[in-house]
Amino acid sequence: MAIQLNDVRFAYPEAPNDCVLNIKSWSVSDQEHVFVHGPSGGGKSTLLNLLSGMLDASDGEVNVLGQRLDSMGARQRDRFRANHIGYIFQQFNLVPYIDAIDNIQLAHQFSNQQPQSSLFDEIKSLLSTFHIPQSEWHKPVGKLSIGQQQRIAIARAMINKPELLIADEPTSSLDNNNRDNFMSELMAMASEHRVTLLFVSHDMSLANYFGRTDALSEINTVGEHN
Amino acid sequence: MFFRLAVKSLLNRKGSVMLTVLAMAVSIFVLLGVEHIRGQSKQSFNSTVSGVDLIVGARTGSMNLLLYSVFRMGSPTNNIDWQTYQNISANPKVAWVIPISLGDSHKGFRVMGTTTDYFTYFSYGNKRQLNFSQGKPFEQVFDVVLGAQVAKKLNYTLGENIILAHGLGKTSFSTHDQSPFKVVGILGPTGTPVDQTVHVSLQGIEAVHMDWQQIANMSGGAVSHKQIQALELEPKNITAFMLGLTSRMATFRVQRDINNYSNEPLTAILPGVALAELWQMMGLLENILRLISGLILVAALLGLSAMMLASIREREHEIHLLRVIGAPPWFLFLLVELEALLVSFVSMLVGITGLYLSLLIAGDVLSTDFGLHIGLHILSFNNLLFLLLVAGSTLIAAAIPSFTAYKSASRGR
Repeated sequence: MAIQLNDVRFAYPEAPNDCVLNIKSWSVSDQEHVFVHGPSGGGKSTLLNLLSGMLDASDGEVNVLGQRLDSMGARQRDRFRANHIGYIFQQFNLVPYIDAIDNIQLAHQFSNQQPQSSLFDEIKSLLSTFHIPQSEWHKPVGKLSIGQQQRIAIARAMINKPELLIADEPTSSLDNNNRDNFMSELMAMASEHRVTLLFVSHDMSLANYFGRTDALSEINTVGEHN
Repeated sequence: MFFRLAVKSLLNRKGSVMLTVLAMAVSIFVLLGVEHIRGQSKQSFNSTVSGVDLIVGARTGSMNLLLYSVFRMGSPTNNIDWQTYQNISANPKVAWVIPISLGDSHKGFRVMGTTTDYFTYFSYGNKRQLNFSQGKPFEQVFDVVLGAQVAKKLNYTLGENIILAHGLGKTSFSTHDQSPFKVVGILGPTGTPVDQTVHVSLQGIEAVHMDWQQIANMSGGAVSHKQIQALELEPKNITAFMLGLTSRMATFRVQRDINNYSNEPLTAILPGVALAELWQMMGLLENILRLISGLILVAALLGLSAMMLASIREREHEIHLLRVIGAPPWFLFLLVELEALLVSFVSMLVGITGLYLSLLIAGDVLSTDFGLHIGLHILSFNNLLFLLLVAGSTLIAAAIPSFTAYKSASRGR
């Protein structure tokens, strides 16, 4: 199992009685591509932050890639995230004032992987794969188009060869044409590298790219119990 | 990478960063400038006179006597009778005497009447004697020896004829233009008020002040230099004199004798003691300047801190992103600290460069108008210590925004 959640509850420390997430049991198999749809405010970002180790569950078991995140320390979870999880947001995926190569290199820096020598070749081949023209490699990414930025974001998320790729509304700021390009490149990348893909969006039209579709309201039962 | 991220982040916020750098640079400029000028003036102060055991003038405060006899500042209160000078010179404990006669000027530079003993016995700094870069001491009544700065500023060379004015202004109404002087010597630079002085013999001073009309009438027509030199030009009085004693042990004894001199009220001072007293008076001013420059630095550091803090608010997305790609919260703490330190270092460079250039430009004005001889060696041990202090204070001031970044990072949303 790539993801296995059991009796997970989460409440922000400021409001310990106000539970925002309550998951009895939910799992995702290895290399599965799962589409999770749900409105914003339904505990979506909380769920993703728990899975990436940005937040620590108040109760329950959080198993990601066979590791218990709930028993790790903060530092370990940061390391784990850098090494095993790729993450793509709707926007602000990149540090806008540094160039594409630096952005990807920065993501690599926090992991503990391979020696530096082959890194640049790898970055360059990733950028080529995502059709980023060489003339754009050394421009601050803030100057590039949103479509290019989102494709560089996939490259950045993939540099550490993660086993789990989390995409949080990554197409919401793209137009239709860019969105379709982005989706096909993302899906191709996910299949090729055999990563588990967890894709969260409110846009149901994207569901047909995926083998499995879950509704966030079915996963998170916070409204029913409290 | 860490370094490059900090640099590019700062470059991305050029406007506010540049203003902060400017504020910091000004404060560092002031801090180092005050410290440098203080150190330099103290050194230049203490090296104005050495090897002189006593300075004697008419009854006055020791500060005043020191200022006009050594620094050529202010005006002498009264003169000393020539007979008094001779009486004291005759004291067996006195090894040498340098008479000083002030009151005239040449194009803003003070004229000092003295004897050739001045070039033999007067010393400055670490017992360094005056030396001639060109020419020789004066011999004739109308010979003049220039200080290094005088020759340089007025572009005078040996053999040039110059005219002395009565009084101290640059444009005096009573120029003694009947009696042109000839430059026979130019002294090497000393970094003391000697550089700004025009030296003539006591006889020369007397000649300047003669009633030329009367003499001209007496001799029936124009007066030639020859005629004047033939006259006996014994001075009636002088402004002050410096004493060298045969034995240092006798200093206090001779000082007391002079202070109790019955024919006319006199003051004898020990130059070293008077210099120290004068410096002590400046000490208060010094400390106030230091305090002010310190406060300016604090203000600039607070500005830096505020700028960084505001930037943290703008960079919440960036912080979150760095967290998601695996940056631990302390990475953000260090990133902000590094950015602050970079701002501080650039400010130091700008401040030091600015100070250096200002000293280069203002050095001449300071030395001619204020008698301050400021070297360009800014990075003294003391100032390096100050820079280290600035860097340390930067880290402390930046701790507030850095901690905010740390907290924002550890919240995880």
